Amino acid sequence: MSRVLVGVKRVIDYAVKIRVKPDKSGVVTDGVKHSMNPFDEIAVEEAVRMKEKKIVQEVIAVSCGPAQAQETLRTALAMGADRGIHVEVSGSEYETLQPYHVSKILAKIAQDEKVDLVILGKQAIDDDNNQTAQMLAGVLDWPAATFASKVEPGSGSLTVTREVDGGLEVIKVKLPAVISADLRLNEPRYATLPNIMKAKKKPIKKFTPKDLGVNTAPKIEIVSVEEPPARQAGSIVPDVDTLIAKLKESGHI
Amino acid sequence: MIRVSKVLALAPKGLNKFIVTHTRCQATKAAANTVKTEKSEKKSTAKESQSFTMNIFRGHLQASQIFPYPEPLSEEQNETLKMLVDPIEKFFEEINDPVKNDENGSIDEKTLEALWSLGAFGLQVPQEYGGLGLNNTMYARCVDIVGYNDLGVGITLGAHQSIGFKGILLVGTPEQKEKYLPRVCDGKFAAFCLTEPSCGSDAGAIRSKAIKSKDGSHYVLNGSKIWISNGGLAEIMTVFAQVPITDPETGKTQDKVTAFIVERAFGGVSNGPPEKKMGIKCSNTAEVYFEDVKIPAENVLGGEGQGFKVAMNILNNGRFGMAAAMSGTQRYCIKKAVDHATQRIQFGKTIDNYGTIQEKIARMCILHYVTESLAYMISGNMDKGSQDYHLEAAISKCFGSESAWWVCDEAIQILGGMGYMKDTGLERVLRDLRIFRIFEGTNDILRLFVALTGIQYAGSHLKELQKAFRNPTANLGLIVEEAAKRATRAVGLSSPPNFIHLVHPSLADSATLCAKSIESFGQAIENSLIKYNKTIVDEQFVLNRLAQAAIDTYTMAAVLSRATLSASKNLPSAQHEILMAQTWCTEASSRVAYNLKVVQSGKHLDVFTKLSKISKNVCEAGDVIQLNPLGY
Repeated sequence: MSRVLVGVKRVIDYAVKIRVKPDKSGVVTDGVKHSMNPFDEIAVEEAVRMKEKKIVQEVIAVSCGPAQAQETLRTALAMGADRGIHVEVSGSEYETLQPYHVSKILAKIAQDEKVDLVILGKQAIDDDNNQTAQMLAGVLDWPAATFASKVEPGSGSLTVTREVDGGLEVIKVKLPAVISADLRLNEPRYATLPNIMKAKKKPIKKFTPKDLGVNTAPKIEIVSVEEPPARQAGSIVPDVDTLIAKLKESGHI
Repeated sequence: MIRVSKVLALAPKGLNKFIVTHTRCQATKAAANTVKTEKSEKKSTAKESQSFTMNIFRGHLQASQIFPYPEPLSEEQNETLKMLVDPIEKFFEEINDPVKNDENGSIDEKTLEALWSLGAFGLQVPQEYGGLGLNNTMYARCVDIVGYNDLGVGITLGAHQSIGFKGILLVGTPEQKEKYLPRVCDGKFAAFCLTEPSCGSDAGAIRSKAIKSKDGSHYVLNGSKIWISNGGLAEIMTVFAQVPITDPETGKTQDKVTAFIVERAFGGVSNGPPEKKMGIKCSNTAEVYFEDVKIPAENVLGGEGQGFKVAMNILNNGRFGMAAAMSGTQRYCIKKAVDHATQRIQFGKTIDNYGTIQEKIARMCILHYVTESLAYMISGNMDKGSQDYHLEAAISKCFGSESAWWVCDEAIQILGGMGYMKDTGLERVLRDLRIFRIFEGTNDILRLFVALTGIQYAGSHLKELQKAFRNPTANLGLIVEEAAKRATRAVGLSSPPNFIHLVHPSLADSATLCAKSIESFGQAIENSLIKYNKTIVDEQFVLNRLAQAAIDTYTMAAVLSRATLSASKNLPSAQHEILMAQTWCTEASSRVAYNLKVVQSGKHLDVFTKLSKISKNVCEAGDVIQLNPLGY
């Protein structure tokens, strides 16, 4: 293999308490800490390890998003990716950007860059779509190995272990292929400070969806975003009998 | 006028003598030579220091290092720094365990490994030598995070880079840098070896000795050092020792302190077991022994006989970092206290509703705000090339360490019984931070350093005036100006320095308070010089209060500047910052007024005499004098 493409998305940091905008049009993002989608970190780690084992020659990281997406790309570069591609999508265009559009963008880049493998996180923790890898494989007409928990290279193919309900499934896919990374694929490294400094010198190319011939016209309309209902206060029951009675009363048993 | 010339005849001579001899006797590692350095600087360069603190001793406002609040980072540096913050925070959240470090009295291999690969040991080493090349402000931001999380790790890092190899960075030759800097970034610990059993504050009295070989190719070092941070780990050390040096003109031989780069690998270097300490337990502290250690001549650091200057340069240069660390520590304590106060219900309300708790939280936050403002103001000035930051750096160290002690103590008080429990995590912080008032120049010595250096500066200006009097016609301008200043003061028409135009309109009153403090401070210094003349150096009761007034005045100026910047940028926190700055200035200025009154009032001076007597009585008896009320 010569090249791997990894998708990295900038999302609200997992530790941040999400707040919904008063007009219910979305969540508050201004002044909120963002970081790389954790599943994408796993994807980057897998690609970088492949490079370290000399299975691939080059790792390209790509991110679709506003100007700040470059920070996420820099993190990927600090983790070991060789170069970055930033597809700038911002404002209302970004709010309605869906896996449908992203998969087309990634497909175009995968073809232009002649990559042999695309690794994506299985889903982003902000919108939880879990669609981009699958759609991308469809657009490219490549095999997809989703929810990978182990990837072993063969000649011209990969053996991928997938976590499925109740066990593991081992499949073999021919290259080129698309992989989506599950939680247990690896433990991503930290970007060290010296590598962050070095990453500043690595190149990032910039495109717009238009440059790539992708129409980002919205396919959906966000009607309303709401907070989950506040948890009701519990009550303490005096004994087991009362507990059972209450559970029956509320239809739980 | 007569008064002025009288003062002049008296003031400076005795002072200089004190500072060379006396400060040395009491001055920590920290104080002694800076004073000397400043003296020589003063001779060679302009007399006009850019230091705010230095100038208030003359009653002058020197605002160049205060307004505007320094913003030394370029856009690119800001971006880089933002990226560095994340992995450092992650390290402390996910890898480091301060409780375990404290219990084990060491940092385990895996954690140390992670710290090394993180790059945390070479923050300020230029990139070409394998470091990150951060400037002081960027360093301060990183240390802030360390202070928030684990001071023990902080000392391990700080002993290494803030003092351990800082000398190589500051005064090393290109060859020394080339040879050692890559190593200290890549797994080799460094340490700073100055303190000896016979000298703590008195750094001039070290006894370690290095004798130069006849052919001049090397030195042979013998001696021992105590309480050396990283002493048990260090491979590369900055060691201070006396070297007999013969003056080519007089032929006299005299011991002069010289700094050396010593590798453990030279042979003859050993260390004692890790010391058992109150806090910062995971940081290695040990005695280090040197027995016939052969040091190549090219490992002299900063020139033969220049060791004092090197030591003071290193210590002065690193002090802002302690303020930055203490700022992080305070933020941690405040977070703990606020989390508790907003959840703990007593008498039907969460306790943050009660004035008692509100006052504590507010004061904690103000002290933190001041400390933070000092740390970044000083690092910022240093990054912009300031040379006149020593008094400010000393103040930031005193202020930061004392505030942190108080803030942590109050956080424990807010948490009540919970605060006293080990699992809450505040008792460890309290133990850990206690050392900050002691090491790298005790706060007591630094206060004297601030007061005496300032007084010397004021004295040297008075000396100018004294000269002018010898030839009054030629220097009429200067004399008239000074005479007019004093005359207006005498008839109560004083016009204090005014800097209302430099602050946000809502801080105008606070700026006036600060300006008044500056003026009355200068007056108090002059009066003290008249009263005590050269014996001022022995009046430590007075000097401490003068130092306190200087600290209060400088901190006022620092927060005024910071809050003004925030207001001008329209930060969401601006109004809150203005509140804190106003509150600080009101209280600090009344403390200044009080302290200045104390040093000039007979009633209070009598208290000093009594305090001194009480202490003497007890020290003579060797114990408390009176029996308990029962008489046995």
